[in-house]
Amino acid sequence: MGTTASHLDKEALSEYQVNVLHKLLKKKSCAHRKFRELQNKEERSNTTSRVPMERINELPELKSNPFKERICHVFSTSENKDGSLTFEDFLDLLSAFSDSATLEIKSHYAFRIFDFDDDGTLDYDDLKKLVNCLTGESEDTRLNDDEMKQLITNILEESDIDKDGTVNLSEFQHVISRSPDFVSSFKIVL
Amino acid sequence: MEDNSVFFTDRSGRITSNPLLDQLPSYQSLLYRRKSSGAGTKRRGSSRGRLSSSGSVKWTINTMRRIEEKQTSQIGQRAIRELALNMAQKRRNKDQPLNKNQDLSSWRQWRQNTRRNLKRLRDDAEVFLSSMKLWKRDIHQIEGMFGTGILSYFSFLRFLVALNLFIFLLMFSFVILPIIIVPHTKGNITYDQHDETDCRVYQSSARRGLVNFHTHLGDLLSGGGFLEQTYLFYGFYKVDKIHFPKATYNLALAYLLATIAYLLLSLIWIVKRSATGFKRNLVQDEDRFQSFCNKIFAGWDFCITDQNTARLKRKSLFYELKTDLEEEKIKRKIADRTRKEKCRIYLIRVILNIFVIAILAACFYSIYIATTVSQEKQMNNVKVNFIEDLIVEYLPSIVITLANFITPLLFSVIINFEDYSPAFEIRFTLMRCVFMRLTSIGVLLFSLWSQITKCEEDSCVCGYNHKLYSCWETRVGQEMYKLTIFDFIIIFAVTIFVEFPRKLIVKYGQCGLAKWWGQQQFSIPQNVLEIVYGQTICWIGTFFCPMLPAICTIKYFLIFYIKKVSLIRNCRPSTRPFRASSSNFFFLGVLLIGLALACLPITVSIAQINCSQACGPFVNYNTSWQALPAALSHLPDGAQRFLYALSSEAFAVSFFVVTCLAMFYVIALAGAHKRVINQLREQLVVEGKDKRFLIQKLCQAQGPRSTSSVSGFHPGSPSRLSPSYHTSFSSNYNDAVFLTHPPPNSATPV
Repeated sequence: MGTTASHLDKEALSEYQVNVLHKLLKKKSCAHRKFRELQNKEERSNTTSRVPMERINELPELKSNPFKERICHVFSTSENKDGSLTFEDFLDLLSAFSDSATLEIKSHYAFRIFDFDDDGTLDYDDLKKLVNCLTGESEDTRLNDDEMKQLITNILEESDIDKDGTVNLSEFQHVISRSPDFVSSFKIVL
Repeated sequence: MEDNSVFFTDRSGRITSNPLLDQLPSYQSLLYRRKSSGAGTKRRGSSRGRLSSSGSVKWTINTMRRIEEKQTSQIGQRAIRELALNMAQKRRNKDQPLNKNQDLSSWRQWRQNTRRNLKRLRDDAEVFLSSMKLWKRDIHQIEGMFGTGILSYFSFLRFLVALNLFIFLLMFSFVILPIIIVPHTKGNITYDQHDETDCRVYQSSARRGLVNFHTHLGDLLSGGGFLEQTYLFYGFYKVDKIHFPKATYNLALAYLLATIAYLLLSLIWIVKRSATGFKRNLVQDEDRFQSFCNKIFAGWDFCITDQNTARLKRKSLFYELKTDLEEEKIKRKIADRTRKEKCRIYLIRVILNIFVIAILAACFYSIYIATTVSQEKQMNNVKVNFIEDLIVEYLPSIVITLANFITPLLFSVIINFEDYSPAFEIRFTLMRCVFMRLTSIGVLLFSLWSQITKCEEDSCVCGYNHKLYSCWETRVGQEMYKLTIFDFIIIFAVTIFVEFPRKLIVKYGQCGLAKWWGQQQFSIPQNVLEIVYGQTICWIGTFFCPMLPAICTIKYFLIFYIKKVSLIRNCRPSTRPFRASSSNFFFLGVLLIGLALACLPITVSIAQINCSQACGPFVNYNTSWQALPAALSHLPDGAQRFLYALSSEAFAVSFFVVTCLAMFYVIALAGAHKRVINQLREQLVVEGKDKRFLIQKLCQAQGPRSTSSVSGFHPGSPSRLSPSYHTSFSSNYNDAVFLTHPPPNSATPV
């Protein structure tokens, strides 16, 4: 292809402009540039090409994130669920993590990221995997079983309203709305 | 799962859920949202097992389509980008309303278009403004390396730079600018000095003739000498009124009103900024301090880019969770304390608190002594040598800094013996340090005031000691100026001479001492107290030294870069994390305390102490406050009476009573809301149980068709149902489905 900065023609670009968060406009060229760096030469000519998960996870913003695989899975629209992203998926990802996304969007995606087994609720195993992701991978940085049980009991006590032992989406959104740190920490800025 | 849950297991042991549960409206809307956001590719694993029968699949698809249409029309009203859908869905949703658009009249279309354009304009303006924010890239870098806790400190610093700049612009435009433009606009200055009494003699310490270079340096550091008769200090503003060709400008009144205005401006800006954090804290007081859900669900800073920081963040989260779980255990232990233990602990606490008060009293007394000695030595005007003079001048600042350095260490040792829970320990130590820092300024000013109003005779002729302090406001201004300069020098010196060597020693030192000392941690509370202390001095000093806000702006500007460099080079992320949300509230709360404390000396200076008769804009008045009533007496009669009524006691008392009533009403309302929330929560639990019970009954009424095991809830129930229900069931789920949606007016006799 040519040496132009963007192959998206004007019409496609204006279409994107309506859909994507308007504030992303300035950052979009930055996002597009970053995405192009991840693609091979032959993939660049194809606007619907997919970048595999391993290469997405090399981005500096995602490299040290313990949830990087889950993020790729959640935003990927590929049929074989390998976590690969097109440019549209990538923009979705950035818009959900941007400053101007509402609390509802962020909590929705956070719920899906934390739902490790994709069953629509956060049960004991999901929460256990979540806590282990947060504290560390090695043995000495994990909580022991008693502490884990006590911690998850506390979490369920605070968030499980209908007392069914799992946290569903509305309960999650309810507890997130009372959490003051969520909006500022659930943010990726290029 | 409990025994009477509705989730049955099929033969393979996988958890599948009841088909009837899927048809509940609440679940349908959930599934719709998930389905459209996953673009149909995401399905729960268990849902496959559920929708096995083709009949029920058709039915559910029909329902979903109906619900989808209803929801799409609702979506059209909300902004498309606020939905958690992916790009393809968004595009489709965008096209639908656009098709609908042509049906509307042209007026409505125009209105919608203008609304959209205005919104886009506003978004553009917001993007532009946020890109113009100071230090955006630096703060982003710090955020990536150290997380949002330390980031809040730096954005607080940026806020203070902006605040000081505005205060300076306020003072400049109303006080300094008129004087500067007088020579250019044919105005003339009046400065009546009616009678020449003793009070009006001004002994300035300006030097004449050739002086050494180091005296200039000494003057720069102490605010005396050549700096005394400049715009820097109150004494230079020997202007009462300025008569321009068209109007008269009452500079004395402007000076007074500008002072009140900048205090109000600071108050409003801080309150506005802290409003969101305050609301959250009020709502949250029913939860534990730092609830677990907040830590787990919002615990990870997604903006961390550095591998090292991520590892340390994990460690700090681990440490925090362990501490919190331990604290819970300790709380349970505290609740189990016996009477004897409680008495012993209370006794220890009383003794230690008395000890703390003794330490504070000792510090305050030493500040008082230092100020008195320093003032007396300066009055004697005996120059020994340069260094010793400087030390004498800076003696109060040195003592305050030493006290502020030692007392936090002492407090953190003492609190260990008082046996509080760890979270409360941190808060309490912090409160003590805040009190120490801010009160030391008050003590300094009090000792200055006692010096100024102490005369050789019993009562002062001019209301103040005019022999020693012919222009006492300038002296106070000089003290504030010295405090500011010294504060900045200390911050700079500590960074260069303590933190950098510490890093070098820890990095290259082999001995155990280096390892035990450890690398510097950026302690947010102490740093915040430092800059709040500086800001309080600025607020107090602006009345006496109108250019002080400009000096503070430059000072905070430089401090940002010093702290940033020190942070990146010398510090490691702290093991004890500081939450971003509560930290904002803490910073602004401490700043408000500083503002309240700053108002006190200014009020006393304006209203109580006689202003100096030898210098400044208020020579014709007894106290500085008198300028206001004097100006008001020129107003028309009606306005005068109205304003006097506003300031009378009757009005003040009734205003206070009305405010109290409003406050009680709001508190009662909040209490009522809390009760309602609790009731609703209990109701939700009960509704969930009802739902489970009813569905179970329905499944039993349906008979054991799709399920292999039904919990033995009511073993006798099938026999109680009339045979007609049994025979009306078929193996097709469609009929069973119709049973769950009876016509609205009939009661379902299940």
